[in-house]
Amino acid sequence: MIEKDVVIIGAGPAGMAAAVSAKESGVKDLLLIERENKIGGILNQCIHDGFGLHNFRESLTGPEYIDRYMQKISQLGIDVMSNTMVVNLNKDKVLTVSNPSGRLRIKAKSIILAMGCRERTRGAISIPGSRPSGIFTAGVAQRLMNIQNYSVGKRIVILGSGDIGLIMARRLTLEGSKVLAVLEKLPFSSGLPRNITQCLEDFNIPLKLSHTVVKIYGKERLTGVDYAQLDERGKVIEGTTRHLNCDTLLLSVGLIPENELSEEAGVHLDERTMGAIVDDTYQTNIPGVFSAGNVLHVHDLADMASMEGKKVGIFASMYIRGEIKEEKLYDVIAGEGVRYVLPQKISTQRDVQLLLRVKAPIRDHYIVVRDSKRVIKRRKVINMHPAVMLSLSLKAKELAETNGRIEVLIE
Amino acid sequence: MKTQYDIAIVGAGVVGSFIAYELSRYRLKIALIDKESDVGLGTSCRNSGVLHAGFYYPTGSLKARLCVEGNSLMKELQKYLQFPMKATGKLLVAFRKEEVEELHRLKEQGEANGVELELIKGESIGKLQPGIEAMMGMYSPNTAILSPYGATIAAAETAARNGVDVFLSTEVKTVKKEGDFKLKTNNGTIRSRWLINATGVISDKFSSMVGVDGYKLYPCRGEYHILDKKLAPLVKMPIYPVPAKGVSGHLGVHITPTVEGPILIGPSAEYIDDPEDYSCTLPVMEKLFEEGYKLWPHFTRKDIIRAFSGIRAKPIPPGEKGFKDFIIKEDLPNFINLVGIESPGLTAAPAIAKMIKKMIEKKEKLTEKENFDPYYRGVKRLEPLPEEEKERLVRENPNYGEIICRCEKVTKQEILDAINNPIGAKSLVGIKYRSRAMMGRCQGGYCLPKIVDIMEKEFGLKPHDFYLHKPESWMFGGRLR
Repeated sequence: MIEKDVVIIGAGPAGMAAAVSAKESGVKDLLLIERENKIGGILNQCIHDGFGLHNFRESLTGPEYIDRYMQKISQLGIDVMSNTMVVNLNKDKVLTVSNPSGRLRIKAKSIILAMGCRERTRGAISIPGSRPSGIFTAGVAQRLMNIQNYSVGKRIVILGSGDIGLIMARRLTLEGSKVLAVLEKLPFSSGLPRNITQCLEDFNIPLKLSHTVVKIYGKERLTGVDYAQLDERGKVIEGTTRHLNCDTLLLSVGLIPENELSEEAGVHLDERTMGAIVDDTYQTNIPGVFSAGNVLHVHDLADMASMEGKKVGIFASMYIRGEIKEEKLYDVIAGEGVRYVLPQKISTQRDVQLLLRVKAPIRDHYIVVRDSKRVIKRRKVINMHPAVMLSLSLKAKELAETNGRIEVLIE
Repeated sequence: MKTQYDIAIVGAGVVGSFIAYELSRYRLKIALIDKESDVGLGTSCRNSGVLHAGFYYPTGSLKARLCVEGNSLMKELQKYLQFPMKATGKLLVAFRKEEVEELHRLKEQGEANGVELELIKGESIGKLQPGIEAMMGMYSPNTAILSPYGATIAAAETAARNGVDVFLSTEVKTVKKEGDFKLKTNNGTIRSRWLINATGVISDKFSSMVGVDGYKLYPCRGEYHILDKKLAPLVKMPIYPVPAKGVSGHLGVHITPTVEGPILIGPSAEYIDDPEDYSCTLPVMEKLFEEGYKLWPHFTRKDIIRAFSGIRAKPIPPGEKGFKDFIIKEDLPNFINLVGIESPGLTAAPAIAKMIKKMIEKKEKLTEKENFDPYYRGVKRLEPLPEEEKERLVRENPNYGEIICRCEKVTKQEILDAINNPIGAKSLVGIKYRSRAMMGRCQGGYCLPKIVDIMEKEFGLKPHDFYLHKPESWMFGGRLR
């Protein structure tokens, strides 16, 4: 059995940043594990730009963004094990990994979970109809096009206005395919506003809010879809069903943090984020096991996932040095109007940045942090949108006298 | 192409494939013919995957006899054919007084058929299958679960390795009796001394094509939901309701663990016109969810990973009740008809195969081959093996170390073995059923591009060569640049 101080599972934006910061914070015995041949994760297939605006103050493509980290990783001499799948993780922090040279067991003092997420599929959203070819999740189509050089179809309907779907609407149009419509079941898009402008409006691609696909046609290849308008409760409004002839349906209907390994190890998950429940050091219920990036909660931007990874790399190094002691933790609860808040537990011993998402778009309201006795913080936000993660910093001294059960709500 | 055969089996579902496997023991030239791009793509890959014990059917019927016989034969053959199977037993649950009465009747009938059954009450039900509260239960220890496509593929491929010629994507257009049977297909003419109709849901139409009219089947669709395998530890065995009285063949919406882990809810029962319309419909999907929840309320919508449907070859028209048996007979000299092989067709398949063998043997002497190899030699799954065995295999063959499908932990070697099947199935669905890749919770999100890469780089496929289940179900329009 190999022994390591820190093992990072997944070398996407979070894992790469965590590796760099852990090494820079003094962790010597560090291993970064990646299942693909190349590090970088999904960024490898993101050939559009817009990455790095926060972390590098310039607009980079996915591969360019990876390259920045790659340089640091090689300068720092970080040990990378690529083409390696972690097949099991247990509560004692022993990993079983598999690659063409063998199956190994690795015991780690600390583990950073940075496995990212996967796309929700047709099955997960139960669309009726037949089961032809021509239905792809947007990320799969992106990989097939950008990395493997395949054309996935000519007449396209996109269901879901997540960012990958929006990016693919533009990408397919640039490749000569006709994107007939982007359908979104909610009354607002779950994609970033800048992507709505740059990927749909600039190319005259219609975005139909409160619409969804209700039936799929075609025994062999997809021949068309029925779509319909939905009311406020998400039910189909009678008489609004229309048909579109198309050969391809892309699904951009959400991302699911890939926590099967975490669950096997006994990491407790949050039903709302579908990621681990963490404290203000991003530590899970298993001491020494941390989580960062999209496996913890789905971020708006790769930059944000990297920033989180960077923080967590530092916390993991502190854990190795014995600087993170067992602390009394207080629950942080998502209250009225808040879909989720992170971290779910805080110690009040250190400053903390709360990250949260609202349930629905809302203007001129306050984010309020309170416990059962008093309001700890109250901040006005002009424009809040579920697609945009909000953050709120709290000082340790602001939290010092809390009596527990901290609630974050919109008022 | 060899075109002169002793036996032509039309329809390579589970029944046709087991007939081919059984007959491949003898010195016979056999053709197994299917219009689809692979074996088992009809009802055989679209059912509950339950090896029935045989208590549902009237004593003395073919269904009862062949089901009971097939149950033990299938277990015996599994040792050779190696398809995934698990002895789980099964639980029927009664919630009302009438259902309890029916349970007693089923027990009596089952015992007359030679099936071991046990009535259970109260807490014992929950002990057998946690999470169930019912008035009464009936436990059937001999029921098992198996991979229906796994069994079909193993039987067909092993038959092929023993000399059976498998003709895929080959549709029989006309049949003439000119001494031998002369089958005109889109793929040339095939001549055979014997002709076996194993065409399942279209066996009535095929029979007419051969010149035997009078059979009529009514396609009856059953839809299912598939739930994530993380629920697998909670469902120990298939959980069935007591079937509605007098309705033959529909056993009611049940919760069934599959041998690979995911849980099935279904099937519905809906008569349709098109025997190949494998659609799923919104009202049925909703209803299945509710009915499944009544039986076993321990799942949520988030657990659903997929829906699918299959079609029963029902001999009973809509609205009618009663029982109709399997039809297995030599309707014309050397033409054996199998019509209305609905449930328990999967269980009965090896027993039907033996019966067919006997029917042929009555008219001619069959000589066993000396070199018959009964073992399936296709994809060997790594994941179920103990860790030391896995380590050894990876050391011997690096392809076992490369995991292609993360959800089902399928390695590159298994993908290569699936593509290299002896019957020339080339579709993505064929790889899926042979290896389990693309069948997990991400439904190919991770491994589809990797499998495409392997097919391109190691087998030289071009963009237009990729298809899902039929050549017309194309995957790619071409190259981008």
